[in-house]
Parts: sequence; structure tokens; C-alpha cells
Amino acid sequence: MATAAITTEREHYLNKEYGIRSWLLTTDHKRIALLYLISITFFFFIGGFFALLIRLELLTPAGDLVQADTYNKLFTMHGMVMIFFFLIPSIPAVLGNFLVPMMIGAKDLAFPRINLLSWYLYIIAGIMMLHCMVTGGVDTGWTFYTPFSTAFTNTKVIEAGLSVFVAGFSSILTGLNFVVTIHRMRAPGMTWSRLPLFIWAHYATSIIQLLGTPVLAVTLVLVVCERVLGLGIFDPNRGGDPLLFQHLFWFYSHPAVYIMILPSMGVVAEIVPCFSRKRIFGYQAVALSSIAIAVFGFLVWAHHMFVAGISLYSAMIFSILSYLVAVPSAIKVFNWTATMYKGSVTFSTPMLYAFGFIGLFTMGGLTGLFLACLGIDVHVTDTYFVVAHFHYIMVGGAVMGYLGGMHFWWPKISGRLYPEWLGKFAALIVFLGFNLTFFPQFILGYLGMPRRYWQYPAEFQVLNVMSTAGSTILAVGYVLPMVYFLWSMRYGKIADENPWGAAGLEWKTASPPPTFNFEETPEVTWEAYNYDQIPAPAEVLIER
Amino acid sequence: MSDSPIAVEHGPELRHHFASVEQQRDAASLGMWLFLATEIMFFGGMFCAYLIYRMWYFNEFAAGSRSLNLKWGTINTIVLICSSLTVALGVRAAQMGKRKLLVILLILTIVFGLAFLGIKGIEWHEKYEHHHIPGASFDATALEKPPYSNGGIDPSHEQIYFSLYFAMTGLHALHMIIGVGIFAFLLFHAWKGRYTPQYNTPIEIGGLYWHFVDIVWIYLFPLLYLIDRKPLG
Amino acid sequence: MFDNFPLWPARASTGAGNVDALYIFLVLLASFMSLAIFTMITVFALKYHRRHGREAEQIEGSHALEITWSVVPLAIFMTIFAWGAVIYFQERTPPRGATEVYVVAKQWMWKLEHPEGQREINELHVPVGRDVKLIMTSQDVIHSFYIPAFRIKQDVLPGRYTTQWFRATKPGVYHLFCAEYCGSQHSGMIGQVVVMEPAKYEAWLAGGTTSGSLASNGESIFQQLGCSTCHRSDTQGRGPNLAGVFGKPVQLEDGRIVVADENYLRESITSPSAKVVSGFKPIMPVFQGLVSEEQLNALVAYVKSLNPASAGAQQQGPKE
Repeated sequence: MATAAITTEREHYLNKEYGIRSWLLTTDHKRIALLYLISITFFFFIGGFFALLIRLELLTPAGDLVQADTYNKLFTMHGMVMIFFFLIPSIPAVLGNFLVPMMIGAKDLAFPRINLLSWYLYIIAGIMMLHCMVTGGVDTGWTFYTPFSTAFTNTKVIEAGLSVFVAGFSSILTGLNFVVTIHRMRAPGMTWSRLPLFIWAHYATSIIQLLGTPVLAVTLVLVVCERVLGLGIFDPNRGGDPLLFQHLFWFYSHPAVYIMILPSMGVVAEIVPCFSRKRIFGYQAVALSSIAIAVFGFLVWAHHMFVAGISLYSAMIFSILSYLVAVPSAIKVFNWTATMYKGSVTFSTPMLYAFGFIGLFTMGGLTGLFLACLGIDVHVTDTYFVVAHFHYIMVGGAVMGYLGGMHFWWPKISGRLYPEWLGKFAALIVFLGFNLTFFPQFILGYLGMPRRYWQYPAEFQVLNVMSTAGSTILAVGYVLPMVYFLWSMRYGKIADENPWGAAGLEWKTASPPPTFNFEETPEVTWEAYNYDQIPAPAEVLIER
Repeated sequence: MSDSPIAVEHGPELRHHFASVEQQRDAASLGMWLFLATEIMFFGGMFCAYLIYRMWYFNEFAAGSRSLNLKWGTINTIVLICSSLTVALGVRAAQMGKRKLLVILLILTIVFGLAFLGIKGIEWHEKYEHHHIPGASFDATALEKPPYSNGGIDPSHEQIYFSLYFAMTGLHALHMIIGVGIFAFLLFHAWKGRYTPQYNTPIEIGGLYWHFVDIVWIYLFPLLYLIDRKPLG
Repeated sequence: MFDNFPLWPARASTGAGNVDALYIFLVLLASFMSLAIFTMITVFALKYHRRHGREAEQIEGSHALEITWSVVPLAIFMTIFAWGAVIYFQERTPPRGATEVYVVAKQWMWKLEHPEGQREINELHVPVGRDVKLIMTSQDVIHSFYIPAFRIKQDVLPGRYTTQWFRATKPGVYHLFCAEYCGSQHSGMIGQVVVMEPAKYEAWLAGGTTSGSLASNGESIFQQLGCSTCHRSDTQGRGPNLAGVFGKPVQLEDGRIVVADENYLRESITSPSAKVVSGFKPIMPVFQGLVSEEQLNALVAYVKSLNPASAGAQQQGPKE
């Protein structure tokens, strides 16, 4: 394989060293990002496989494909895998790891060894989760509600809880690394007001990871202690209070939604200006809205508990606060849209994903207004309406953003271009499949179909069939990018350092970048998104 | 390996991706502070549970608190305060480059830490003998309720107090064990003379961690031991 | 119109219409907002599509516009909040004089008991036009009592009571779902609510066999457990006289004042020392685990029936 072409090739992070040790012991943030990419893709397909089984079971009203207990384990493992092993690490640990140092002109994250440690923690947690799955699984739902999880189920709650605990520490360490890096490692001239919005989004995300995750961790410790040692903090039979568990759980798990969506918003804020050839509309407002979401996000957790038995007045306070957190999200949507105004727009694959993100996030956000509304929430909470809503945010939003980001930065990561027409085709399939899967669930929910039902009354079947049909299309849409990304690594066209004509320091170094990112530390003298100073790429490349 | 000329001037402790030693030290120290913020939230969850139940089940909390061994608790508090002093002096010794003094102070810190854990062990054993450990053999009958209160003691609520007592002190002890481990590591390197007036960040951030664990105890001690220590009368 | 493809479940309670009205308003609002954004994206994408000879115009942003699109949504949000809060307030405040049905949830079954003593499993019969208040508790894990046709749902927790109420408006048979995941047969924990014309309901009531009303059952349990030796109907008992206690503020030993609602009565039985009435000693034994949920309900119903001014007029009055 040592052809002349390879021997004369420029040295970069991918070909600097070979061999398994050079990957497993690497402290290069770019290589760690790829380790994460491989591992989260693995878990994404496991979680997706569970999702398909769930949808197949729900094709008919009767519980005929799997047993009730199996079904309960399927949706539990689907939730845990997708949330803790895919969505939360997805953009931060892959794209964030790869890009945060590059975007601010640093050679690496502040703590490269801690970065590697966080990947190993993730892998340990993942192995625990896999072991838990193959030895019987867990059936509490990803929410671990007590006293079911502590005193009633006889599935592997302890192992699952500890696995999530360890994964949480991986997430904390990633967040800690980002905050320190963003504070201390910026290149000369890279002031806070010149930071790309991707960085602002990751900064906000990291704050949530740092301050939210430990609360989940201690809650899970208490759940595990309750099961193992017989403490009674959340068990009403032993004097405890199950609502306290819910408060502590949602104190993390609501902000966790913003851990999943904020980085996607950051991605969209990079893609839209690039393919509109324009500075982002209202840089300050978009940057500050990320911080506002992170801060307000901590004040709204009990809107998950409007029917759980909290008092009338606390429900009202949490409802009104939930509406406040919707305002910065609205600002973002309007500002992205306004960015295109009088721009020079091209429909490349990342831009299609960004459109998809804005559309689906808008719908997810607007249905969030329904759920924050007390009178409606009583009827639709714990029904498929909620399922549809959070899939619009977390799959329609976060995963769209993730895929958009992967397409946008793939030339930088791999040094190759993917086939553009296939990219567009896949984006379209994902969009259509997604809507067909989840839109019917809004109607199902309002009709009253509760979530986590293994069998259901026959009148709900038509909508469920539509949803299942959509999920198979969606699956195709998710497999396609993986296939052509792999294909492009060998056969794709070679990408130059800035194929999209994008602003941002990461595009000012070679593709793929050298091990220390830049030949010499850059000095920043320009504002972010200075598209008036960057020549647009040749027509053929964008519209090929 | 680094192409930066500054790196050549400094010792091997400067890692390649930092521009200067100052940047590296700032980063490490900020990292530790952020980690401590995380720790505050970690303990915060338990403090929150504690506050709620203490409000609801005051009699049981007061009775449980009375049953703790105030003598050992106080001694442990003093032990930890002493250990914080040795840590603070140790950081100073490291900054001034006094290797021998640093080694002695680190050893003292570890001894204090182990003493704390030993005393904690004695207290837990006492609780075990009194059947105050939550679970099947839990027995709250010997506990005396506050004399001025006419309320009673509900055994299941009393268990909540001891659940929190063991969870909180247990988690704190775990942090102490980790702290002793960190200081053993620091001691090893200090003994080898790795820390100089120019490079002593590990001592500094290790010290931050130790002080944090101490402060947690400073909160735990009154919250758990001193709920209701009015003289019996 | 939507018989084959319904967009909402049957509307069978006084509250359902209110919820649907707000829902339809929100659907229209959401559709309008989505359409507005989709249209803007489409128009901008096409109108400003990349062309030769035209450069993008760099625009910094506009504070005026940004303030507009934060303040206007906020105003709309506050309207929605207020509207929703009003509905929620109504849903959460049972009217006086509502018939009280006790619900005990367990894995995986609903057990219901009418004040007249009829017991049902996974079925609830109610008449049209009467306020019904459900007083619910769970024997094991958290469940949630959900009737889509009434647009009401409330989690049912172990160790305490939660309540909700409705007034049915349309005879028929409606779904009853458990909406909080509760283990293996969660999806099997379903039943039906049968709404009947009052006459038919009376006939149904008369047809059932009962062993006396809930309150009278409570009274016999009260005697059996020996409660009556201390809780006497005069002031000489070692425990407080329970007549007329329900719904009144109670002065506690530690100085607090609490209202004696269902949860207070319940706690005073299961964990008597938690809230000791001023002037009494904490000598009552703990009944946690000694009385079943059904017995607890009967006891609570009995104590409530001791109220001369009891709102539950159909329940029997105090006995001497």
C-alpha cells in the first residue's frame, strides 16, 4: 500500500502515526473525537435497532412481537442508550472535541489526558450498559422513577444506574475541559466577541454539564444505595418521598435537553451564515441566547411534574418560567432565518440539514408551548404527544444538527468530500421519514394514547402504522450517510483547506489538520463570520 | 517536540499545547475550581434532601443527632482543621522550594486524613452496634426525643435521618480516601523533588481539593451532630 | 366530520371543551408560526439564491427587530400561560359537595369504592351531571389515573392521597388508562368509565350488593382497632375528639397550624407522631402496614362523615 503518492503526502493527524496504540493512547483531541465518533455511532445503531423493534411491536394493537417485559426493556434501553450514550456526547464529544481547540486557535484542549480519560470512562460506562443489556436489561424507563426502580422491579437497575453515573462523569470532564479551554487557550486576538457561535453554544452546554450532571450522579447513587443498602430516601414505605427523586432527577434531566440541543444550535449558526455568504444576523443576541437558555434551563425542571402531585402554585411558577426559556429559543430561530435575508444562498447538504433543523426545531419548540401550558399538559403529558415533542427536539433538532455538522466538517475531518447528490438525497429521506414517524404521534397523543404501552386499543392503529412505516424510511436515511462517509474516506474527492469558503479558524489550516492544528499560532484580527472578506467557492463545487 | 521557543526555556513540565507556564497553571487552577463547582452540586443534591426531610421530620432528626458521638465528631473536626493547616503550610513550603518541609507536611496531612477515617470507622461501628444502620435490623427504640417536644418518633422517619447520615458521611469519607490517595501521589513526587518554586501547581490544586473536602465536613458536622444540643434540662 | 380520522377524543366532561378550545387556539397559533417561518425560509432561499454578479449584503443585525421578536412572543406566551393556568386551577379545585370515590391503584389494577359501598375493579360508573371527586392512592408504585374523554390525569402515589374531579356530560363508555409507567403490565392497567343517565345510574347502584356504606365500614374498623377508646366523642379521651375535625385548621404541638385534609387524616393514622395535636401526647401506635389501603380509605371516610357540616351530604351523619 506504500505507493509513491502516500510517501510524498503531507503529514497530518491521521497519518502521523499508525497502529492501535497510537489511537488508544492518543491525547490528540482530533483523534479522540474520532474515537468518540466510532463509539457513539455504534451506540446510535444499537439504540436505533431498539427503536425499530419498538415500532414493529406497535404495528399491531396486540402485544404480539415481543413479551411485555421485553418491550419495557426495549424502550428503557432505547432511551438510556440514545440519551446517555448518543445524544449527550454526540456533538460535544465528536464535533466539539474536534473543533473547539481549532476554532479558537489552540493546539489542543487544556487537558488532553483528561479528554482521553473521559473517552475511557464513556467506554467503561458503555461496556457496563452492554453487559447490563445482554444479561437481562433494565425496565424502569430511562427516568428510573422510584419506588418502582428501588423497591419493585427485579431487573438490573444497579448496573444501569452505575453505568449512567460513569457516563455522567465522562460528560462532566468533557464540559470542564471545554470551559477551561475556552477561557484560557484562545489565540491572540480571539476575544469573546469574536468567538464563533459554535463556541458560545458549547460554552453554555459545558456549564450545564458541569452543574447539572453531578445532581443526577448523586441521585443515582442514592437510588443504588436504596436498592443495595435499604436506605429509604425515595421510598414512601420507608418514610421517603418519591417526588423528591423526581425533583432531583429533572433538575438534571431537563437541562440535559439543552445539553443535546444547544450544540446543534451552534452548528446551525455556523452553517447558515456560510451558505448565505453573510454575517450572522445579530451575533450578540444569538450568543447571549445560548447562555440564557443554559441559565433559565435550570429553573424549569418541575414542568415535567404538573400531574405528579406538586402544589397548584408551584406548578404555576414552573409553567411561567418555562415560557421564559422559550424566548431565547425563538430569538435564535428568527435570527437564523433573518441571516438568509439578502444573502447569497446555496443548497448544499449541510444547508439542507440546517433547514431541516430549523423547521423541525420550530415544530418541536412550538409543541413545547402546549406542554408548558398547564391546562393542556394535564391531558397530554405521559402520552404520545410528549413522545412526539421530544423526538422533534432531540431527533429532529439535535440529530439533524449533528448530521448537518458532520457533513459540514467532514472535509476537514477526513480531507475528502462526500458525494453531494447522495448527501442531499439522504437529507431529504431523513426529513420525510422523520415527519412520517413522529407527526402522527402528536395526534395519537391528543387522542389519549399513553406512552410506554406495549399493547393499545385498536382505534389507535392507523396512526401507529404510519409511524412505523416512517421509522423504516428514517432508518434508511441514517444508514446512508454512514455508508457514503466510509466510501468517501477512500474514494471521495480530495478536499482543499476550505471547500465551502467558510469563515472560522478551522478552515485556515490544512484538511485534515496537522497534529497541532496550525503550523504557527494564528493571530486573529477580524470579527467572526467576515464573509465579505472570504471569496465564495467555485460554483461547480457547491452545486455539483 | 514543540516548535515554540518559549517551551525550550522552561522545564519539561510545560506541556506542548500551552504557550507558557502561566497559561498552564491558570488552566489547571481554573479546572480545579470548576471541578469543585461540580462537587458542590454533587453534595448539593444530598443537602437538598437533608433540608427537606429535616423540616418534615424534625423530631427524628433531633433524636438521631443526639445519638451521634459528639466527642468523636468534635475531635474529627479538629483533626480536619489541622490537616487543612498542614496543607496550607505545605503549599507555601512548595512555593518556597523547601522540599524537606513539604514532605513532612504532606506526611502529616496524610496522617490526619487517616486519623479522620479511623475515627469515622469507630463511629460507624458504634452505630452498627446500636442497630442504627437502616435496614432490617434497624432499631430506633433507644433514641430519646427532644425533651421540650411533645412529638413522637416514627421509626421509618428516623431511618431517613440515618440514611442521610450514612450517605453524606460515607460520600465524604470516600472523598477523604481519594484525597489521601492524591496526597500519597504528591508525597511521592515531592520526595523526588519534582516541585520547585517555579512548578508547584499539583500541590496547589491538590490542596484546593483537600480544603474543599474539609469545608464539606465543616457543614456536615453542625448539620448532622448539632441539630439539637441544647443542654438536657 | 372526523369519525374515521378523529383529531381529539370524545368530549364527555364539563372541562373537556375548555381544554379543546385552548388546544385548538394553540394549534392555530403553532401552525401560523410554523408556516410563517417556513415561508420566510423558502422565500429567502429562492429570492436570494446565489447568482452571478450579486454579492450578499452584509447586515449586522437589528436591535429593534430582535426586541420585537422577543417581546411579541413573550406577550403571546403570557396569554397562553394565563389561559392554561385558569383551566388548571379549575381542574385542580374540586367543587364542594362532590361525590367522593376512593381509588386504590396496585400493579396492575384499579380498585374503586363508592361512598355507598359499591366496589368496582377497572370500571367506574358515574352519572351524568354530578361532580365526582376521586381520592386516590397507590398500594405499590406510582400510577396515573387518566381519562382522555374528560381530559384529566393525575399521578397516584403510594403513601398519600392525590385528588382530581370531573363532571361527566355525555353518557357512554370511555377509556381509563394508567399513564405512569408501572411495570410489566402497565399497558394492561386499563379500564373503562361508564357514564350513565342518572336514572340508570340509580338502578345500577341499587343492583349491586354492598356491605354498607364506606363510612359505616370505617366506623366498624374504628371500633375493631380500638380507636374509639381514646378518640371519644367527649373531651375526656386521650386522643382528640374527631367530630368536626375534617377541613378545619388544627393547632399542632410544635405550634404549627395545619388544615385537616384527607392527607392529614391519613398521615395521622399511618404515622401519628408526625403531627401531634396540641395538648395531646404522642402515644398513638403506628398503623403503617397494619391497615390496608381500603381500610384506610374507610377510616378517612368515616372521620369525614363525623362532620355535621360535611359537604358529602349523601353520606351518613355522625352517630352517637
